Amino acid sequence: MTGAVVSHAPHLLDVRDLVVEFHTRDGIARVINGASFHVNAGETLAVLGESGSGKSVTAQAVMGILDAPPAVIRAGQILYNGRDLLTMADADRRTVRGAEIAMVFQDALSALNPVLPVGWQIAEAMRVREGKSKAEAMTRAIGLMERVRIPAARERVRDYPHQFSGGMRQRVMIAMALALNPKVLIADEPTTALDVTVQAQIMDLLADLQRDTGMALILITHDLGVVATVADRIAVMYAGRIVEHADVHALYERPAHPYTRALIDSIPRQQARTQVLKTIKGLPPNLTRIPPGCPFHPRCPIRQDICTTLLPPSVDLGGGRTSACHFASEVLDGRL
Amino acid sequence: MSSGAVPTQADEAVAERARSLSGDAWHDLRRSAVFWTATALVVLMSLIAAFPGLFSAIDARTAACSLTDSLRAPDANHWFGFDKQGCDVYSRVIYGARSSVLVGIFSTLITGVVALFVGMLAGFYGRWIDTILARVTDIFLGIPPLLGAVVVAKALSGQELGIWPVVLALGLLGWPSPARVIRSSVIAARHQDYVNAARILGASNGRLMFRHILPNALAPMVVVLTIMLGTFIAFEATLSFLGVGPRNTISWGVDIAEAQRWIRDASLPLMFPAGFLTATVLAFIMLGDAIREAFDPRLR
Repeated sequence: MTGAVVSHAPHLLDVRDLVVEFHTRDGIARVINGASFHVNAGETLAVLGESGSGKSVTAQAVMGILDAPPAVIRAGQILYNGRDLLTMADADRRTVRGAEIAMVFQDALSALNPVLPVGWQIAEAMRVREGKSKAEAMTRAIGLMERVRIPAARERVRDYPHQFSGGMRQRVMIAMALALNPKVLIADEPTTALDVTVQAQIMDLLADLQRDTGMALILITHDLGVVATVADRIAVMYAGRIVEHADVHALYERPAHPYTRALIDSIPRQQARTQVLKTIKGLPPNLTRIPPGCPFHPRCPIRQDICTTLLPPSVDLGGGRTSACHFASEVLDGRL
Repeated sequence: MSSGAVPTQADEAVAERARSLSGDAWHDLRRSAVFWTATALVVLMSLIAAFPGLFSAIDARTAACSLTDSLRAPDANHWFGFDKQGCDVYSRVIYGARSSVLVGIFSTLITGVVALFVGMLAGFYGRWIDTILARVTDIFLGIPPLLGAVVVAKALSGQELGIWPVVLALGLLGWPSPARVIRSSVIAARHQDYVNAARILGASNGRLMFRHILPNALAPMVVVLTIMLGTFIAFEATLSFLGVGPRNTISWGVDIAEAQRWIRDASLPLMFPAGFLTATVLAFIMLGDAIREAFDPRLR
């Protein structure tokens, strides 16, 4: 600290006004258009959105593994403990990556090296980063495998990824991410490739691990059902922008953005078995040609004239709630 | 952690169990009949190449050949018979192994090192490095190997360099196609999430290239290189056949070239060096195939 009195402690991870573009043959795709969110120790933030809403790119930008080119970070800050990862020297950033902020990938089959035993892969970071001996790192790797509840960890440590089931592979990925005791764990669609019962197990595991370690968890998903049980807060993404941000219960009870409301309405419910499943009409916008005004307006059921011309700013609705809709309070109150 | 810093017996057992990729590969290879057959053949050929005197009482390099023995049939002392010049075919086959096997091994080594270097750099770094290396590869690929080898071998001939002009020529002209194979498998692996995951966890570029990507590129590389080893031995024979092979050296190629002219009178002087050549090439290809299978855990 440099003597200056800070009124409030900085967030553990604070992403501010992030803008990421992809320079493609078809033009410039604005994948992230000023996304802001933050997360603190012990908290779970769910980043929710359809395919192509920019969820995974956000994670990759935080981790510093965007393929550049074609990706360009145009603007914004990614503050970790108040230090901007984007302006940090490469060497400093490497010390943050893995040890402070780790990531669990969507598809464990492609995120595990097929020709290396899983124990070796879990142990590697500890050998490279912490200088542990092979035997020591391997013992720790077994400990981690037991911690993510892989049965017979001691026997399975030298098995290869293809010898594990999908759920077990995802556990191996989680063990790998936990190897350096990160403060922030980003899980990018950790359950998408799994069947429903295994999904629930993995979510439980992540929630337990988070409670035990007190780390911050950022859960990237398109599945509202998955987040309801584990997340504290939800940030809803649409066309590279956070359109609504709220406490999980508040959001489920009374969404403040028509997109969020449409998402909640399209969850299949058992009671309504005879009814036709509600869907959101249309497709997410082509990111090289984002519509003017509110990007959601072509699909919005409560669209007004202003929506086609003016981009709605993020409105603070109190209690940490924000919504980027011209009619946020009307939607919240159920008047529209 | 309950296990603390002092390694217990269990820890040591774990370290022993946690074998490396090569350890697992060896575990597999030990039970492979193809591997042992190929290894036996390769070892035999290497022994013949290294110590021909152990296998033949007659030293083909100094033996006096008598034209009265020309194309004579085999007998108890001369198992393979005699060639047109009246020289003992068996001793010539034994003494011819050295140049063939050495040419094959050294040409493959040069090819492999250059191809690995070029393919890995081009595939891993991409962009302008890839562009430049890919163009250079294409240029070398455009040189007809046989013609190129003739030119190099010819340019260096007359200096009593033995097999080296041929090795150099084959090595320098052989690398482009394995380099392309390595480059494409490196590109395929580079964009996989496991490379990203390793990078996140702090692996350096060198570590990414050699510990994470190379094992995935190894299988196709071993296949291409073992096939090339076989073709290099055949190439050496071709160059000898064309009269630009190793000079003043006995080799299978020279003998095949010579014997094919008299095939209607006597086929054995052709069959024996050709049979040894085929067996050696086959042994190396089989060995490569067995190694490739063992090193690819997905095939287990």
